[in-house]
Amino acid sequence: MIRTLRQNGWVVGLIALFVLLFIVTKLIQPNYGAGDFNSLVRAVLPYAFAVAAQTMVVIAGGIDLSVAAMMALTSVTAASMMDGASEEYALFVVPFVLGLGLVLGAVNGILIVVTRVPDIVVTLATLFMLQGVALLVLGAPGGAAAEWLKALVVGTVPIPGVPESVAAWIPKSLVLLAVLLAVVWIPLRRSKLGLSIYAIGSNPLAAFRSGVPVARTKIAAYAIGGLFAAMGGLSLTMSTGIGAPIPGPYLLASVAAVVLGGVALGGGKGGLLGPIIAVFILRLVRTDLTLLAIDPNVTAIVEGVILVAVVMFGAFITMRSRPS
Amino acid sequence: MSVTATTAETQPFGRRAKRFMTDYPLVPLIVLLLLLVLVLNIMQPGIVNQRWIANSVKFAIPLALLAGCQTMTMLTGGIDLSVGTVATMAAFFVATQAVDNPTAVAIVIALVPALLIGFANGIGVGVFRVHPLIMTLGTSLIGVGFLQVYQRTVIASGAKVPDSLTWLGTGLTWGIPNALLLFVPVAAFLIFMQRRTGFGRLLYAIGDNERATRLAGVKYWQVILALYMLSSVLAGIMGLLYIGLIRAPSLSLAEPLVLPSVAAAVIGGTSIFGGRGGYTGTIIGALILTVLTTLLTILQMPEGARRILFGAIVLLVTAAYLRIIEER
Repeated sequence: MIRTLRQNGWVVGLIALFVLLFIVTKLIQPNYGAGDFNSLVRAVLPYAFAVAAQTMVVIAGGIDLSVAAMMALTSVTAASMMDGASEEYALFVVPFVLGLGLVLGAVNGILIVVTRVPDIVVTLATLFMLQGVALLVLGAPGGAAAEWLKALVVGTVPIPGVPESVAAWIPKSLVLLAVLLAVVWIPLRRSKLGLSIYAIGSNPLAAFRSGVPVARTKIAAYAIGGLFAAMGGLSLTMSTGIGAPIPGPYLLASVAAVVLGGVALGGGKGGLLGPIIAVFILRLVRTDLTLLAIDPNVTAIVEGVILVAVVMFGAFITMRSRPS
Repeated sequence: MSVTATTAETQPFGRRAKRFMTDYPLVPLIVLLLLLVLVLNIMQPGIVNQRWIANSVKFAIPLALLAGCQTMTMLTGGIDLSVGTVATMAAFFVATQAVDNPTAVAIVIALVPALLIGFANGIGVGVFRVHPLIMTLGTSLIGVGFLQVYQRTVIASGAKVPDSLTWLGTGLTWGIPNALLLFVPVAAFLIFMQRRTGFGRLLYAIGDNERATRLAGVKYWQVILALYMLSSVLAGIMGLLYIGLIRAPSLSLAEPLVLPSVAAAVIGGTSIFGGRGGYTGTIIGALILTVLTTLLTILQMPEGARRILFGAIVLLVTAAYLRIIEER
């Protein structure tokens, strides 16, 4: 019991922080109810996928600066493909876009492995290239999304046997997030590939000497990151109904949530749950600021300061823990 | 002397060419620049005249200034992505403050945010050891927030670009851009700083081997702090010049120049890993990119394709430099 607690201490702390923030929210706005929680989760959705993508790559010892651009590209691809197409056509679009994300992520990984240029430089270059492709696909925000896709993130899930008042607190978007993340993460965590990803993140040389195919594992980690980014792009299209070629503020938010979520920026440590809770915390802070009737632009400043502070804190911790 | 000459001749041509390129990196760059101009002249005969050259130089100067920030920070293995926001802030502040204040006061006010952002970058990178890319991205996000808040407070008073900045940014004297009056001293200062001063040597030293530099007793954080503040001020100055050139203040004025500024420094031979390169190459890199942009405009390439090309250039050139370093 104590051992599990100690191992997951960071995650437990994050959950406590989230609950605390939730109480604060309730104090600021006593009317804060299920409907507001619903919209919070919907706002979190693209951030959560961006964070999941970043977490994968960071655990493998890399960093993906192109995550926001990749989301923009997958989002515009989905939106422009579904524009004017039938509802059934979207059944084909979704796997296509997910596959696209997988390929784009793999390309990132392959470029890093083949050119041997550091991750941060390669993904900076692909960030610009993906932005360019997104602009070529769709010059201005536009496109459309199938109705059933949009319906996936609106409303709540009726569960038989659960009273209405409780079910209201389980938005569809939360279920969608949990299912999609679990479907990828849980099998991965238990597989050899998952173990290899942690191994190359913690010490690539040791992993190589133990017979882990470092290059292939790295490419796989980036590909899975790309898959999550594609989910994020799709969720953007789902919640807005259109695609926008300009990347949102997901890059810095994803790095900050990864750090806050207890994943070491050096790689090899942490899980997926911490960063996801961290991103909920960051969004809830934003909600609180809005509820306090603070100018939205000032909110952007406060949020930026929090993100930078979190990243600074994370770097400080990494610096301290590194024996030098 | 003669011994080395004979051994060089016995080496295969490929290696000799590579050797030559690493020893004189500026020569292939200038050849590339002239080649691009030649291609341009073939595609659109008669385009290359004195007016075109003056115009190209005018647009290359702001890019070269921003690329100067990247060159300095890249020498230490860093990068400064907040330059776009810093330049935009300086431009926007000067245009809005010049309505009520004398130009000199407006310029001083406009450089304050640049100093503050540079200070924050320096502390984050130097003291807390955040990766420069992430740190400067974060401060630029904060800067954009401040800019939006500020914009709402001055929405009624309007904006005015000071005449002196317009003269400096757009004016020509005997067919020569006035902007050179600003650029030549700045470039001379940067090149002198990098090659002749202790501070410049420290930049190369940190980029080459940070640990060794610190063991040698260098106060790492002080150098980094000074570096990022200098970089921000340079970006601010670029913003002042750029508003004189564009003459329309907006909230994303200099943002499109950030990627080209990185590309210009990389093309100019400054290694993104630190320790090698210099400002001279960057200037030629900025000229190459300006000519390339003209070329792409004539070819009617969309903005998206341009970004793809610039991104690809950064990646390819970096990979190529890595190979050259490894073979040594």
